[in-house]
Amino acid sequence: MAKTASRIIKVDELARVEGEGALRLRIRDGVIRDVKFRIHEPPRFFEALLRGRIYSDAPDITSRICGICPVAYIMGASQAMEDALGVQVTGPLRDLRRLVYCGEWIESHVLHVFLLHAPDFLGYEDAILISKDHPELVATALRLKKLGNRILEVIGGRAIHPVNLKVGGVYKIPSRAAIRSLRDELQWAVETSLELVKAVSGFEFPDYSYDYNCVALKHKDEYAICEGRLVSSAGLDIPVSEFENHFGEEHVAHSNALHGASDTGAPYLVGPIARYNLNFDQLSPLARTAAQEAGLPRKVDNPFLSIVVRMVEVLYACEEALSLAEAYEEPDEACIDIVPAAGEGFGCTEAPRGICYHHYRLDEQGRITFARIMPPTSQNQKQIERDLWGVVERYMELPDDKLKWRCEQAIRNYDPCISCATHFLKLDVDRG
Amino acid sequence: MSIAAERAPGQVLVIGVGNEYRGDDCAGLKVVRALAALPLENAAFLELPGEGTELIEAWRGQERVMVIDASSSGAKSGAITRIDAGKSALPPGFFNYSTHAFGLAEAVETARNLGILPRDFIIYAIEGSAFDQGAPVSQCVEEAVRKLTGLISAEFQPLYSQIR
Repeated sequence: MAKTASRIIKVDELARVEGEGALRLRIRDGVIRDVKFRIHEPPRFFEALLRGRIYSDAPDITSRICGICPVAYIMGASQAMEDALGVQVTGPLRDLRRLVYCGEWIESHVLHVFLLHAPDFLGYEDAILISKDHPELVATALRLKKLGNRILEVIGGRAIHPVNLKVGGVYKIPSRAAIRSLRDELQWAVETSLELVKAVSGFEFPDYSYDYNCVALKHKDEYAICEGRLVSSAGLDIPVSEFENHFGEEHVAHSNALHGASDTGAPYLVGPIARYNLNFDQLSPLARTAAQEAGLPRKVDNPFLSIVVRMVEVLYACEEALSLAEAYEEPDEACIDIVPAAGEGFGCTEAPRGICYHHYRLDEQGRITFARIMPPTSQNQKQIERDLWGVVERYMELPDDKLKWRCEQAIRNYDPCISCATHFLKLDVDRG
Repeated sequence: MSIAAERAPGQVLVIGVGNEYRGDDCAGLKVVRALAALPLENAAFLELPGEGTELIEAWRGQERVMVIDASSSGAKSGAITRIDAGKSALPPGFFNYSTHAFGLAEAVETARNLGILPRDFIIYAIEGSAFDQGAPVSQCVEEAVRKLTGLISAEFQPLYSQIR
C-alpha cells in the first residue's frame, strides 16, 4: 500500500454489535481527514411516546428500548418516578433491585466478552469459530450467561423485558427459596469468573491509550450500580439532578443518534473502564486482587483492556449476587404505596455500557409531560469517534483489511448498543 | 402466546423467532401461533426474539426442534425455504437481517460445535422484504405464513405424531 495514496475504508455492516451502524474513514496522503461513526437505525421516539402516559407505564415502556439491558431502563425510570413522587425504595426491595441488576451485568458482559469481542483478540471472524477450537470456553460462557438470565427470570419473571419490576417495588415478591436456589450456581460462577479473568488477561492488547474524562456513579457504601452521585475524573461531583447542567446531547448530520458531550463540548467516557477507574477501591477484595493479577493498572487508559475490566466486573457481580442471595429475606410488602402527584424526577443507574440517565416531569394526575433519556452508547459516541481517530493514527501503516479489523475491535471496546442509542454498523475507509 | 416448552420424550419443540413490531420479521411468530391453534400431537411451542444464547438454552436437551424465522437472503419476498440444519451447515448470510449480535445462524453452528445441536433440527424461513419498525406485514409474507402453516401441519402429522 502506497503511503501517499488516498484510502477509503468502509465497514457497511459492523458485525458483533447490537443494532445497525457503519464506519467511514477518509485518509489522504497518510493524514486522517474524517472519521464518522454512523448510526442509521431510525430514531424510535420513546420520549414522545411516553408523554401523556401515567408514571407507572415508564419502566415497562422504556425497558423495550433494549433486549440486552432492559433492567437499566426499568431501574432508571422507576428511580426517576420515585424521585418525582417522594418515594424511596429501601431494604429487601432495594436488595432485589441490586441483585437483578447484577444478573443483567453478568448476562450482558459475558455475551460481549466471549461471543462478540473475544474473536477480535483471538483472530476469529466470529464466535462460531471459537466454539470449534475452544468448545469448553464457549460452553462455560454460555453457562455463566444463563445464570445471569436466570437471575432476571427469578426476580423479573422473564429474562428479556422483565415484567415483575415496577415503580416502588415489585408486583410479586420472589420467595426466599427461589432466591436461595441461585446460590450453588453463583458459587460456581465466582470461581469460574476468577479463572476467566485470567483467561482474557492473556490476550494480546493493541497499543493505544487516551486520557479519558471518565464519568460514573459513585456510592458511599458500595461499587455503584443502582444509585449514587455522578463523579468524573475531572473532579466533578454532582447529584444526578444536575446532570444536564454539565452534559448534553448534540445532533450530528451523519448519525441518527444524538452525541453526548460535556458542557465544553469535549467527549467523555462511561462504562466499565470509567467505573473501574473511579470506583476501584469499592470493588471486592477478590475482584481487586484479580484485576491486579490480571495486570490491570490502577487507572486504565487503554480501551482495549475493557474486555478484562468487563470480566472483573462479572466476577464482582457474581460475588455481590451471591452475597445478596444469601442475605435475602422477603420484604413485608411488594411495593410502596404511591399517590400520583405533580413532580419532577431524575434517575441514573449503571447499565452494563455505562450511565443511563432519565428525567421526567409529571402533572397532578401523575401523567408524564416531559421525558428525556440518555443511554450510555449515545454518551460514548463522540468518544468512540475520538478513539477511532487515535487508533487509525497509531495503526495507519496497516493494510486496509487489518486497519478495518482494528477499528471494529476499537468500536467493540464500547460494546455499543446501537439499538439503544437510537439505534448497525458499516466501515468505510476513504484513502482516495 | 404463552411460552410452553414442556419437555417430553419424542416431543417436537417448535420455536417461532421474530419481532412483531418490525414488519415481516414476525413471520415465524405468526406461523407458530397458527400451529399452536391446531390439534397437533406431541408438539410444544415457544416464541423467542432471536437472541442466540437464549435459543441454545431453549433447544438444549431436546431431540427434535423446528425453528421458523424470517430470512433476508435476496430471494423473492414470501419465498419459503426448508433447511435440514441437523444434516448441513446453514448457508452464510441467510439470516443476516437480524440486528441481533449473536443470532440464529450463530446459535445453530455454535451448538453444532459444542455437540448440543438437537439431532433432528429443521429450519423454515420465510423471506421478508419490509423490516422497518412498525411496518405492516407484507401481503406476500401473510400468504406465505398461511402456506407454511399448512405445509408444516401436513408434514407434522405423519412425521411426528406417531413418535412417542
